[in-house]
Order: sequence, then structure tokens, then C-alpha cells
Amino acid sequence: MSTAKIFKRPDGRKPDEIRAMEAKVGVIPNANGSAMFSFGDTIAIAAVYGPRKMHPQHQQNPEKGTLRCNYSMLSFSVSERIKPGPNRRSTEISKITEWALEPVLMIKKYPNMVVDVHINILQANASTRCAGINAAALALAHAGIPMRDLVSSISIGKLDKQLVVDLNKEEEDWEEGEGSTDIPITMTPNGEITHIQLDGRITSEELKEVIGLAEKMTKEVYEVQKKALKDSIKI
Amino acid sequence: MIKDKIERKVVIPGEVIVKGEDYLPGEGAEKKGDEIITTRYGLAEESNKLIKVIALSGIYQPRRGNIIIGKVENITFYGWVIDIDCPEGAFLPLQEVPKYVNKDRLNDILDIEDMIVAKIIGVTNRGIDLTIKSRGLGKIDEGIIIKINSNRVPRVIGKEGSMINLIKKESDCNVTVGQNGLIWIKGNKIDDELLVKKAIMFVSEKSFTSGLTDEVKKWFEKEKKKTMEKSE
Repeated sequence: MSTAKIFKRPDGRKPDEIRAMEAKVGVIPNANGSAMFSFGDTIAIAAVYGPRKMHPQHQQNPEKGTLRCNYSMLSFSVSERIKPGPNRRSTEISKITEWALEPVLMIKKYPNMVVDVHINILQANASTRCAGINAAALALAHAGIPMRDLVSSISIGKLDKQLVVDLNKEEEDWEEGEGSTDIPITMTPNGEITHIQLDGRITSEELKEVIGLAEKMTKEVYEVQKKALKDSIKI
Repeated sequence: MIKDKIERKVVIPGEVIVKGEDYLPGEGAEKKGDEIITTRYGLAEESNKLIKVIALSGIYQPRRGNIIIGKVENITFYGWVIDIDCPEGAFLPLQEVPKYVNKDRLNDILDIEDMIVAKIIGVTNRGIDLTIKSRGLGKIDEGIIIKINSNRVPRVIGKEGSMINLIKKESDCNVTVGQNGLIWIKGNKIDDELLVKKAIMFVSEKSFTSGLTDEVKKWFEKEKKKTMEKSE
């Protein structure tokens, strides 16, 4: 870890330092469950509606309930205005979020029904899908939907040869040396991976190291989520 | 005040509530090895080695025997479709009406948009069956209906009905609490009904405080003083 001391990140963070995290549940009174999660400048809010009857009827599944996620970046969330509405990227992230959350959700008891999760990115500075998944996990728990566990998500990056956690926009566009690699990972507190993506180049040895690091870092995220849920009720 | 014997704590999904072979998982909990694990967010409670989690949020889950308040949504040949504020539709069949019904004129008994107090007699995977064949059930003809979060209903009723009886006594109104969170208030004066509405909102907002019944008593005294001053 000698390189760890020499390496300097653009915003002065340590390689394994996450941006300041904040989490809150119950931010949307109209929804059955809601939550906000932020990594520094990246802010995501999630609202859960349901379980409710699936419409159109032909999409109903009589064997188990369905999870439907909808990820969307608000037009003012980035410096250059983005066109509102679904696009290729947001459709993909919506599906990825569904897959990341489904393994921990126990929606077998809700046949013919759907749980809707709407994730909105209020402000983006990279790692939006991780913030979105974290907010969605909190919102689902807040909506009282049975779950095996919570999930926590973090992005691990590789800048040149150095592993760092929680990339921001500047680091995502890193071009020196081997360039930037971005690996968003979602895990349960027991270290079971429910979602992993890779954008860039990495060796298999390094990937193992990434997973080990992710296991450690998702625990930090989990503590923040746990605190948010526990603090929202005062007995 | 008597201290609550049962220790309650906030639990989150996946959290280990207790370890040990001699505990049993109840509602909202699951056994994994020798640990009892929560499956939903809420308050964990232990009684006689049975661990259960009281839900604090989420939609209303219909149960057999629940008294609910619903709205007539549709009329069919065999009865009425009732909206009871939960994902499954409820059905009130003709046989469950304690009156002679002319099959051609179902809307004389209950019309669309009418509100009823009913009891759930069965929950199957095909739907929910209701009845109005009992005392206190049937069509609602006057009064006001308010809605609260269905998870707060146990607090509004109180231990063995202590809270609701207090509200009834203080306001001189007839209050029917549906397990689905709809509450029907009927009093002699509109002011009384509005007072009950305010009191119920007060209870559902403060539903986590202990010793709430005493607090509501004080709240009623304060409200009464206010109205007295106004009339003077």
C-alpha cells in the first residue's frame, strides 16, 4: 500500500474514502415508502408505490409479485441540460436496479401485484445508480415490503493502477496511465453480490481485490442506511 | 404508570433480533439457523418466546374478521364490488345482506358511491368476501369519514378499546374505526364531529408516544377550554 500514500485524488480524498453520505426516509408523504440517499453532490430520491394490482392485466404474474423500477435523471441534474424522459441509458439502469433489488425482496406473497419504485436523480456527480439503489432499498424497507436483507451499493474505480472508492465525475473521465475503470457493486451486509457491472479494463486478480474492497465499503454504506431507518422512529 | 413489560425495539430487514433455539418466529420474522431474523421494518416485540414484528408502514393487509369501511364501486348480478383501499377487490354477495333483495333493483339497497361498514368473512386468492349481516354493519347514511394510515389503527383503538372509548365519551359521538384506516364519525353536531377528527389526527401523528391515552385526555380538556373561551 505504499502507492496509496503517494496517490492523490483530485478532490483530496484518501483512496478508500467515500464522499459524505446522507440518508433519510419518509421524504415523500404521498408514497407508501420513500427515501433519499446522497454521496456528496449525487442525490437520489426513491418512492415506492404498492404492492398494488398490476395493470395491464396481461402482465400479471399469478406465481409471484413483480418489481418495476423506473430510474430517471431530472433535466437539471447535470450541468448540461438533458432531455427529460426515458432514454437508452435510463432504461438500462432501471432494469439493472430491478435485478439488484429482486434477490432480497420477498414478493412471492403478492401474486398478480406490482411494486413500483421510482428513482429520481436530483443532482448528479457520478455513482448515480449506486445512490439510486441505496435509496430504493431504503424506500422498499420503509414501505413495509418483506425483505431478506437490505442491499448497499458502491462504485469502485481504478485510476491508472490505483483502486479508489466512490468515483466522482472528474475521476470517471480520468485519462492518465491506464485510464479509468468504473465497477458499481451491490451487496448485502453478508457479502452476497446482487449486482456488478464493469466499465473499463481490469485483470482478474485486481477484480478479486475490488470485491474484497467493496465488501468493506458497502458495510459503511449499510451503517448509514441502518441509522436512517432506525432514527426515523422515536419510541 | 405501569411500565411496558415487553421490550420493543426498531428493527430493519435482515437484522438478527435474538439468538437461541427456544424462540419462535411470528409475523414479520423468520428463523435462520438458530437466529431469528426480521423480514420487515417495524417494531419487534416478544411475548412467550414468540417474536413478532409490528408493521409501521405499508399497505393494509385484509384479515378474516376485520371490520372495514368501503365504498361501492360496481354492481353485478350477484352482489356489489366494494373498494376497501387495498390491492385486492372485495365482494359483498346478495346472500350476505340481511334483507329481501329484489334482484332487478340492487341499487335500491346499495348504490354506487355508497359507503358501508362491513366485516371480512373470507380472504382467498380469488378475492375478499364481505358481510353486513351483523349489528353495527351496513350502509352509512350520515356523518363524516376520514382516512388515516392503516398501521395507526391499533393506536387509535388503544388497549382493549381504551383510546376510542375515551374519544367517544369526551365528544359524545359515535365512532366506527375500520381496520383499513377509514373512520366513520357520527355525532349530533358538526363541531363534535370535527373535534373527533382533530383528536384522531392527533393520535395518529403521535402514535409512537407512550402514555398516549393520558395525553389525549389533557388534549380534550385544552380543546374544551378553547371552545368555552370562544363562546364567551
